[in-house]
Amino acid sequence: VINSLLWTPLLFGLLGLFAPKRLVGWWATLGAAVTLGLAIALLAGFDSGTPGLQDTVDVNWIPGLGVDYSLGIDGLNVFLVLLTAVLWTGSVAFAAVREQERPHLFFLLMLLGETATLGAFIAQDLLLFVLFFDLMLVPFYFLFGAWGSDREGGPTAAAATLKMIVYTLIGSLLMLVAAIATAIIAADGGQITFSIADLANHPLAEGSQRWVFWFFAAAFLVKMPAFLLHGWMPDAYRAAPLPVLAVFSGVLAKVGAYGFLRVVLPLFPDATVQFQEVVLVIALASILYGSVMAFTQTNVRLVAGYSSIAQLGFITAGIFALRADGADGAILQMVNHGLVVAPLFIIVAILAERSGTEDLREMGGMAMRAPVLAALFLIVTLATLAMPGSANFIGEFYILNGLFQAKIVFAFVAISGVAMSAYYALRLYQRTMHNRRPEGIASRELSLRDGLVLVPLVLCIVGLALYPQLILHRTDRSASAAVTAAANPPTGLMRPQDGRERPVELASVTTGLGRLHGGRNRPVGGEGR
Amino acid sequence: MAFQAPAIDYAALSPVIALTAGICVVLMTAVLRALRRTAAGLTLLTLATTAGLLIWQWGDSVDLVSGALRLDDLAISISLIAVLTAAFAVLLSLREPAVEQAGPGEYHALLLGSVLGMVLLAQAQNLVSFFVAIETLSIPLYILCATDLIRERSLESGLKYLIVGSLGSATLLYGMAFLYGGSGSTDFSGIATGIGADGVLGDPLVLVGIAMTGVGLAFKSSIAPFHQWTPDVYEGAPTPVTSFMAVATKAAAFAVFVRFFDVALAPQASEWQPALAVLAAASIVIGNVGALGQDSLKRLLGYSGIAQAGYILGGLVVASEAGIEALVFYLAAYAFMNLAAFSVIVARERETPYGDDIRAVRGLGAERPLLAWPLTISMLALAGLPATAGFIGKLYLIEALVEGDYTWLAVFIAVGTMVSLAYYLRVVAAMWMRSGEEGATATAIAGASPEADPIDPEAGRRPYLAGPALLAAAAVVFFGIIPQPLVEFAQHAGASLF
Repeated sequence: VINSLLWTPLLFGLLGLFAPKRLVGWWATLGAAVTLGLAIALLAGFDSGTPGLQDTVDVNWIPGLGVDYSLGIDGLNVFLVLLTAVLWTGSVAFAAVREQERPHLFFLLMLLGETATLGAFIAQDLLLFVLFFDLMLVPFYFLFGAWGSDREGGPTAAAATLKMIVYTLIGSLLMLVAAIATAIIAADGGQITFSIADLANHPLAEGSQRWVFWFFAAAFLVKMPAFLLHGWMPDAYRAAPLPVLAVFSGVLAKVGAYGFLRVVLPLFPDATVQFQEVVLVIALASILYGSVMAFTQTNVRLVAGYSSIAQLGFITAGIFALRADGADGAILQMVNHGLVVAPLFIIVAILAERSGTEDLREMGGMAMRAPVLAALFLIVTLATLAMPGSANFIGEFYILNGLFQAKIVFAFVAISGVAMSAYYALRLYQRTMHNRRPEGIASRELSLRDGLVLVPLVLCIVGLALYPQLILHRTDRSASAAVTAAANPPTGLMRPQDGRERPVELASVTTGLGRLHGGRNRPVGGEGR
Repeated sequence: MAFQAPAIDYAALSPVIALTAGICVVLMTAVLRALRRTAAGLTLLTLATTAGLLIWQWGDSVDLVSGALRLDDLAISISLIAVLTAAFAVLLSLREPAVEQAGPGEYHALLLGSVLGMVLLAQAQNLVSFFVAIETLSIPLYILCATDLIRERSLESGLKYLIVGSLGSATLLYGMAFLYGGSGSTDFSGIATGIGADGVLGDPLVLVGIAMTGVGLAFKSSIAPFHQWTPDVYEGAPTPVTSFMAVATKAAAFAVFVRFFDVALAPQASEWQPALAVLAAASIVIGNVGALGQDSLKRLLGYSGIAQAGYILGGLVVASEAGIEALVFYLAAYAFMNLAAFSVIVARERETPYGDDIRAVRGLGAERPLLAWPLTISMLALAGLPATAGFIGKLYLIEALVEGDYTWLAVFIAVGTMVSLAYYLRVVAAMWMRSGEEGATATAIAGASPEADPIDPEAGRRPYLAGPALLAAAAVVFFGIIPQPLVEFAQHAGASLF
């Protein structure tokens, strides 16, 4: 299943080259939908009881260089794979109902992007991971550059895209060197292997870990993007075509966070502990900076873009709490953020079509004749600001929970991010949907076709809000395994093997919140066991 | 006393014999007017025969001509790269104005002569055969660069190459004399034993000899800081010749580089490694920075070739089997990447009035997808993006470098690659994206002089141009996804020295 999951999108994309122009979009949608079906099948077959990888494929790919074609699913990636499949189906469908220039190439690149992203998520060989990680860039380079829009008085789409590529490749090329160094040092003259599981058993000496850690961290932090490494984001986000941006922001940013969990924490535990606070500072800076920038931006895309920086800051903080809670929350939040931000960009696209602008100051009153659109947007907004009752709330709660246990000072700062998210999310909603409607802006209801794309995505948010255990239950074991290497904690806080009875040593406020809104013990909706 | 005839291994010499015979036959067609049109076909036939004979000898390793030459898998693999490149160059030369002006017989005979030099150079393990081979390689190239007789730039290119190349040869020869004086032998293995005890640094004669020989080789393989001729010569020479020079000369020069340093100077590896590492780093920096502002695609590829030579030199620096394997792999990948690019440039030169200026490929994605794809793949591969042979090549090199404790050079390669993206992707952007840069200044024309060459608006559809482009690009992608065959090819070559 896992092989066909990986290659189905590309196969459909290539066959799509022969489809007539009118149908190629629908053909691509079918391809994404089939992939989604396979991802669901994979999830259905996923056994949350077994530790380690499932559904593995392991073939010698380049024996001369020690590189294997090795794939596998575990709790860390199973939902990210599903997220990828869901968002791609939505975006491709949304693009298919609109006219695209050179549609054959557009959809081929979209689907190639899906294959590369899925590959990055399920690769279990370090080098294969790096390969897919870099490969993701190629289709998005073309999609942003050739289908993006030039900005008046600003850089062209091609220039903005080049900036993005150079930024992101700085990280990933260094990561290539670091990955090879890791394998060679670990092999110590023996047979070289890039298998992540094997490498985790032969940790490097602390000195090597330090530089290798930063080479990897650079790649992942740029991808997210984190504060100070986000320079490519504003231009690229303004240039990108919106359906592409939806998956880019929704999924690709998560590959960076996922990389920390999959690669950095298990392989470089000493360096992780050593640099924990540095990364946490970067994460908090991202939260604060992203939130503040999101207040002030007037371009709708950038509000969403900067809010993503803040959200990814949260996720990073959760991972680097080095507690099982934090990692659980981070994974949940990755899925949540993807599910929120992709519909957000699709709504932005719909709003931009109606108003002819992406400037908040010139928008308003969109809700007047469009109650359904307004309702959907409201759900997305409330999820973005992590309203209690939404899955985002639970994700953030877990992250903060982990952070409180690990570094209480950082947790207090991070909390301010929660408050700020309310401001920018509501501001975005009010400025577009409420207020007086300026001249020349039409308030039109969602068309049926767009509704068919948007409603299922919003339903995913609602569904996850009702039943976050779906994710938490399956990720828990892998998430705690990922952090154990790093978190054989200095404070001696060992985590019991069965997470369910874990005592919650927290300030009573947060404990109370957990009781109310469904921590691990009492899932929302009463499905407690 | 009976005369003892020397034993001649005709089988192992057969590729050289075939090439020599081919040169004579092709040259004859220049004399017999009726056969003028057959020159290209006969050249291809010669090259095919040579390739067949080389493959037949695959796996052998024998000393020839009393140890002056050595036919082993390293020599065969490099020779195959040279022969393949020459075959591409012949296809790209069809209907090339330069060929008509020089005469097809002469042009192709010179090309084959240069290939002969390369095949010999790849086998050379004696200072004398080394020098003879490198001159056999170079002299035809000086002439080939100047074959586009009505273009001033072509003549300039030939002259420049002649002067710089002679300087390189002279340095090389002078260095060899020192080396012979210091070690008392012209054989590579003899040199190794001759200087063994004192080491390189102990004997100024040997040190100067090695330095000058190295400089001479660096001239030939365009390694910084001995690269200045490269962009000018590449730009001025007829494009098929440029493609041949860029790939085959580099491959052959690196073959002898490997033999000289890893056989003759193997015992002193730790003493010359740092020097070569610095040269490699300098090439990477200078090549990549130099390419940034180039509008002429041939100049751009010239500078990129300097940078790539720096990467390839990394394989030599570590003086290990893995290093040689990486070097051979990268050379093979480099051949395909560059041939794809040059095929497209030739086609666009004939289609548009822009010569090899970057404007010649603007909008190519929509206009001529079958040309745009090979160039795109080639650029992405040169930039080392995954799913291309370029990525695997970089991976191979970096693995060898890290293993040989030259991690800093591996980081240099990574940083250089980042810089290179800026210019490789500029070409890609010109093909696929609405570019606001370089407005509508369509009058000034860089590179080739268009008024001289007739425009053939259908050039991009001709199978002898589109075919090689697609074939090379397909090979780049194929070996990017299934690299194992090429890895084994490289492993054979590497194993023959150790």
